[in-house]
Amino acid sequence: MSRLVIASIGPASSVQDGGRYGAQRYGLTVSGAMDRLSLAAANTLVGNEPFAAAVEIGPFGATFTAKDGAVRVAIAGAPRNADVAEKPVAMDTSVTLKDGETLTLGFARGGAFTYLAIEGGIKGEPVFGSLAVNARAGLGSPYPRPLQAGDEFTVDAASGAPELRIELPKPASGPIRVLLGPQDDEFDDANKALFLGSEWKISATSDRMGYRLEGPAIKHLHGHNIVSDGTVNGSIQVPGNGSPIALMMDRGTSGGYPKIATVITADVGRLAQTSAGTAFRFLEVTMAEAQDEARKFAQAIRNLPDRLRSSDTVALNIEALNDANVAGHAVSAVDAGTWQVAAEP
Amino acid sequence: MAATLPPPRLLPSGDSAVTVEFSRTIDDAANERVLALDKALVAKPIDGISETVPTYRSLLVHYDPGKIGFDALGEKLLAIAGPPLPPATKARRWRIPVAYGGEHGIDLEDVAKALNTTPDDIIARHAGGDYRVAMIGFTPGWSYLSGLDKSLHMSRRQSPRLFTPAGTISIGGIQAGIQCLAAPSGWHLLGRTPVRTYQLHRNPTFLTEPGDRVTFFAIDHKTFEELDRAAEAGEIIAEQVVA
Repeated sequence: MSRLVIASIGPASSVQDGGRYGAQRYGLTVSGAMDRLSLAAANTLVGNEPFAAAVEIGPFGATFTAKDGAVRVAIAGAPRNADVAEKPVAMDTSVTLKDGETLTLGFARGGAFTYLAIEGGIKGEPVFGSLAVNARAGLGSPYPRPLQAGDEFTVDAASGAPELRIELPKPASGPIRVLLGPQDDEFDDANKALFLGSEWKISATSDRMGYRLEGPAIKHLHGHNIVSDGTVNGSIQVPGNGSPIALMMDRGTSGGYPKIATVITADVGRLAQTSAGTAFRFLEVTMAEAQDEARKFAQAIRNLPDRLRSSDTVALNIEALNDANVAGHAVSAVDAGTWQVAAEP
Repeated sequence: MAATLPPPRLLPSGDSAVTVEFSRTIDDAANERVLALDKALVAKPIDGISETVPTYRSLLVHYDPGKIGFDALGEKLLAIAGPPLPPATKARRWRIPVAYGGEHGIDLEDVAKALNTTPDDIIARHAGGDYRVAMIGFTPGWSYLSGLDKSLHMSRRQSPRLFTPAGTISIGGIQAGIQCLAAPSGWHLLGRTPVRTYQLHRNPTFLTEPGDRVTFFAIDHKTFEELDRAAEAGEIIAEQVVA
């Protein structure tokens, strides 16, 4: 066995997998990767199941050192500068760290979360089939909290497999697509139009539980209290102050504010990767379109192994990658230390 | 009683979940129908449903659109949910100890003042109630109770607290609650229970189920400490009342 030691890491980094399903009826939050496609891509690169547990790295930098042998890892998600022994490592590739070598990741450049998958996966004690960390509930494994410098994973020794890159489908762009409901009838047409027609920004006080949206105040038709009912990933609730909150992976399983709309499954990860302060819009789609996109999204994840390529077939031009991703200085979209988004039950 | 409810409504909750809504208000008759539908889906599963979440007044049904589409699922759900359903399983009854007031119930005195009475009277009214677990949600084990004495109905705090302790027993609006983990809350804190409604590595992990009945009884703060230690060690603490 080798070890992968975290030499340094920013806040809002934790072990995440495909999420914890089956006990939402008891209030057990789902958690799991904010960007499932990127998690799956990183895992696929090192031969893991797509939704195996990996390190979800928040907007700040991180460094990982191999000990007691070589460790093979892969990175995907929000682009960053990365290097091993001063040699650049491209996003969406695997890389083997020799014993004692360190992988250094810089700040996210556009986006928030980068996934570091480890060949053979992360070892821990699953609860309801998942290692996903929910810091509030003290859930997850091997560290049921945000990761810190000094944490380490006991991992399989690197297999020596050739390094790979993955050619991901061109990321969708444009508005974040939503279905109206389940409580869109708590808003009049003018306020629904205001929601759909306005430009929104994600507030810096957002976290894995929810993204606060900055824009015009949305007014309720009958006040902001409904009898609490169930929530899903991507529910957009509107509390009393009229500022919508998109519920993300650490959401409570129920909530008492009207939900004007729900982000479609295929776009939840895109919303998660939208940097704080970046303007975006919503677009209403039909159920047929949303379900078609959900099926395509699931298919894209199943097809990831077909997108693997030998990493030496293309000369990687890190500078060009950098230039293509000048999205300004990443502001923290998440802060594992605060849970301000939580509404009262 | 259930016959007076209108037919359930299907509300899309994104592309992978649908809310089957029986009522827009808190209503035990509606909640019974929610739990009956939940039970019916367990007895006769519909392919594609991954998970169900019962609430006061609706059943949230998570499903895989790769296996079943909204229209086909909705039709099946309404066919089951529309006609009267046999009631869900017989309710279990729990007696839950509560250390009221002081550091464990920092709002007790204010609640008494607001309602023009004494803390002891508030305790008597709260502990005198017969509650029903209408739903569990928000955080693990957080049990929402119906059945709060009307004289204790009062609006939530103007400003929610960002931290309330594990085991908090509180009231908010027309609801009462048992909170398991520390969490933000805008409810009024009357006391704390040593009972863990959720405890990992304990069998059962979750104590309460929607449909269970709950009564409270007062304990002193010293007893709280003793029971809290026993609960930490994995004891259930809550007393199940055998009918």
